[in-house]
Amino acid sequence: MTDVFLDGEFIGLTEKPDEIIKTVKEKRREGQISDQINIAYLQYLDVVRILTDSGRTRRPLIIVENGKPKLTKQHLEKIEQRKMTWSDLIKEGVIEFLDAEEEENAYVALRPENLTEEHTHLELDPTVILGLSTSFLPYPEFDRGDRVNFGSKMMGQSIGVYSLNLPMRIDTKANILVYSQVPIVKTHINEVLKDENHSGGKNVVVAIMSFEGYNMDDAIIMNKSSIERGLFWSYLFRTYEAEKKRYMGGQEDVIGIPEPGIRGYPGEDAYKHLPEDGIVNPETELKEDEVLIGKVSPLRFLGSLDQFITGLENIRETSVKLRHGEGGIVDRIFITESNDGNKLIKVVMRDLKRPEIGDKFASRHGQKGVIGLIIPQEDMPFTEDGTIPDVIFNPHGIPSRMTIGQLLEMLAGKVSALEGKRLSSPAFHPIPESELRKTLEKDGFKNDGKETMYDGQTGKHYSGQIFIGNAFYQKLDHLVSNKIHARSRGPVTLLTKQPTEGKSKKGGLRLGEMEKDCLIAQGAALVLKERFDSDKTKVPICKDCGLVAINDRTKNRKYCPVCGGSKVVDVEMSYAFKLLTDEMKSMLIYPKLIVKEE
Amino acid sequence: MSEKLQTTSLDDVILPIKILDEIETVCKEKKLNSNQKEKLIQIIKKEYMNSSFEPGEAIGIVSAQSISEPATQMTMRTFHFAGSSGIQVTLGLPRLIEIFDAKKEPTTSTMTLYLKKKYNNKTDSERVADTITEKSLRNFVETVSLDLVNKRIRIKFKKIKKSDLKDTVAKLQKKVKDYKISIKENAMALESKEKQLTIKDLQRIKKRLLDLAVTGIQSVKNAIVVKEGDDWVIKTLGSNFLKVQSFEEIDFMRSYTNNVHEVASVLGIEAARMALIKEIKNTMKQQGLDIDVRHIMLVVDTMTFSGEIKPIGRYGVAGMKQSILTRAGFEETIKHLVKASLRQEEDTFNAIFDNVMVNQLVPIGTGMFDLIAKLGEE
Repeated sequence: MTDVFLDGEFIGLTEKPDEIIKTVKEKRREGQISDQINIAYLQYLDVVRILTDSGRTRRPLIIVENGKPKLTKQHLEKIEQRKMTWSDLIKEGVIEFLDAEEEENAYVALRPENLTEEHTHLELDPTVILGLSTSFLPYPEFDRGDRVNFGSKMMGQSIGVYSLNLPMRIDTKANILVYSQVPIVKTHINEVLKDENHSGGKNVVVAIMSFEGYNMDDAIIMNKSSIERGLFWSYLFRTYEAEKKRYMGGQEDVIGIPEPGIRGYPGEDAYKHLPEDGIVNPETELKEDEVLIGKVSPLRFLGSLDQFITGLENIRETSVKLRHGEGGIVDRIFITESNDGNKLIKVVMRDLKRPEIGDKFASRHGQKGVIGLIIPQEDMPFTEDGTIPDVIFNPHGIPSRMTIGQLLEMLAGKVSALEGKRLSSPAFHPIPESELRKTLEKDGFKNDGKETMYDGQTGKHYSGQIFIGNAFYQKLDHLVSNKIHARSRGPVTLLTKQPTEGKSKKGGLRLGEMEKDCLIAQGAALVLKERFDSDKTKVPICKDCGLVAINDRTKNRKYCPVCGGSKVVDVEMSYAFKLLTDEMKSMLIYPKLIVKEE
Repeated sequence: MSEKLQTTSLDDVILPIKILDEIETVCKEKKLNSNQKEKLIQIIKKEYMNSSFEPGEAIGIVSAQSISEPATQMTMRTFHFAGSSGIQVTLGLPRLIEIFDAKKEPTTSTMTLYLKKKYNNKTDSERVADTITEKSLRNFVETVSLDLVNKRIRIKFKKIKKSDLKDTVAKLQKKVKDYKISIKENAMALESKEKQLTIKDLQRIKKRLLDLAVTGIQSVKNAIVVKEGDDWVIKTLGSNFLKVQSFEEIDFMRSYTNNVHEVASVLGIEAARMALIKEIKNTMKQQGLDIDVRHIMLVVDTMTFSGEIKPIGRYGVAGMKQSILTRAGFEETIKHLVKASLRQEEDTFNAIFDNVMVNQLVPIGTGMFDLIAKLGEE
């Protein structure tokens, strides 16, 4: 006897599980019961499971009967003529959705030509194993698996046109590619998603060769003239906002040019871009740390009496300034109301980012790299017909990574450019290499994509043949100009007196534990001491009790507040250690510092 | 170094005994006369001084870095050879961590047993491998039935000799004293002396009985024979180095276990030190990494100098450090601070870590030296 479960609940026993399954499937396909019901016979448990609940992942498959798929040419024609839709196919029992349980009972063929009598289902297309962003990659089956994975990951970081209503949007941060292009070697998903509107890269001419060693270790070389023509320009939009807040006691922020004399007044010069209303005008060019919106706020933590004193002393400068290390032009200004009914100002800054040394680019095959050199067109190598590459890619990137898809894409890109039409070459149904070679030969090129190239600086031709073709490259959202950072002196944290951390806080770079070990291993004791003295302080220590003493400068006297002694010496130590002794004191440990005579 | 050579006369250099022995053998081999020998010793002394470290060198940290840098590469490529014959042993980083942690029982302990010349052949080695493998009663049983009425367990054996059966039963009787055993041809019946048994109890007893180890060495779960050169070598899964000694066929002098604690208890700490060095070296070698033995030796020496194997870490080497602040800075800060305060301990700031903490000159490298007296000044 076989147990039958409905959504995990026991509903009865049967002697003929096969019959139950057959009936349920038939009725589902006929449309008598919901198409969302799945049924499976689990042999190892001898259980029939019927599932109708929500939250199951299900996928569509073409039903196969007697080795023949139920989807016929007539169906396809009808769909093309828009006489039939997807739901009609489900209603007719041509396509059904299987969940994980029912999949166990199914025998699915990958391609129609593989079908046998035993098959129960046929995959819609082998491409369905790929996810959304992986579907954008051409020739993925020629790349190693990890490269396909990297490729689709990096697609998500590419700068493109992510939305069409940009003038109406006020995103905190937005990157838009100028003159973004659609890949000339596309896949089926490019058509399905109409990516003409949302493309994220450029078609560039790529030569696979070395150049003066500036493209070693995954670097790429870019044509300066191409950049000057607008290649890979992008805009960085960033929104700054200020709210005119209201506080207890009827006080509120004031937006306008702050008056001199208030707390934290940086000087008149800081407000030179501000008109009278305290908000910058559109198209004003600003540099880092300059004021966008002038604002003053009442001081926080006011005592009970001070609350009613209004004067310049109780006002603090809280202007919105441009981020450290960023510049740009004021693009748009929005003045609205916040949820609380306060005046809300949003300023969108625009900054043009042209490719520079250190910017990161990637093709669609997990081949990423940063620009190592930008050279003028006249110094670039050229082919017989005068083609000059936009990008020079190092050949060492190919053998170990085995991205044959990249080479095929370049070959297909070359054909596409020569033929003047976009090629569609999706995964598992690609345009075969032989066909690409044939077309290249027809167009008067060598069929392997290699060409004789000449040194742009000497005019001599290179002894080797160089593989050159067109590939789709993406500019990734890792631009040096957003990352570059340096500090000599700067802000410190209040608690430890050590330098702050992070670019946005003008922080320092930590010399960590392992770096410390390297200095010790070198025996560089004095370097080590110097590196770690960012928080050094002189602490007066009482010689008798070993605790921190007081240095009273007004009376010019040093004494110990604990034992009253006056044998006090200044000891130089890191503030972090003083903090440690303080914390030990707070947990009732007496850290007695025994000071030796000098 | 050159300055050092200038100041120290090479005559004062005393070479280790091992090097002197080696010089002796080389001299005999190459038939060198005393003049040539003297020359050789001079060159060796020079090289010996050249390769010694200088005062103030941070050898501990250099050793640590020399081991840990290649170890970072290990994590990324750890392979297992599926299907290859042999005992599967933990390799790579997991094994290295195991060694440095001085884990009492390695995840896969193995013994490599060599045989005495007389028994160094296929049949003997296979026989020994079979006898040392621990076998439970289950291996000898054909059927087991429960007599629920009389509360008895009947066990029918596979074909074995009658004398063997008697032996086995006698052994068994020793292990299960609460039960009465009766033999009948090649079957036996077990009856509990205790009469109040439930069926559940009976089932439990049956299971325990079947899992009882009858023959072989305890904890040797598997043993296979491999031919290595001229030798037939037995490799075992599970290790019991002490018991192996009693086997007449096994050449104990050559045999080896990867359980260093067993080596320490059977052969002593010096042998354990050598075993540790060998284990670390082999683990690194298998990954294609080469570390100078002297780095490993330094680490292993600190692990073993106290007479027992101490792990590197909180409960071992790092926990034994003298300085309170160094210990507190490593792990379990509060525990160390509180304990030190209760005992009114004193930190003399001789360690490196403490001095980095208070931003003072570390007593290592260039910071180790100071002027004691200024000459020519009153």
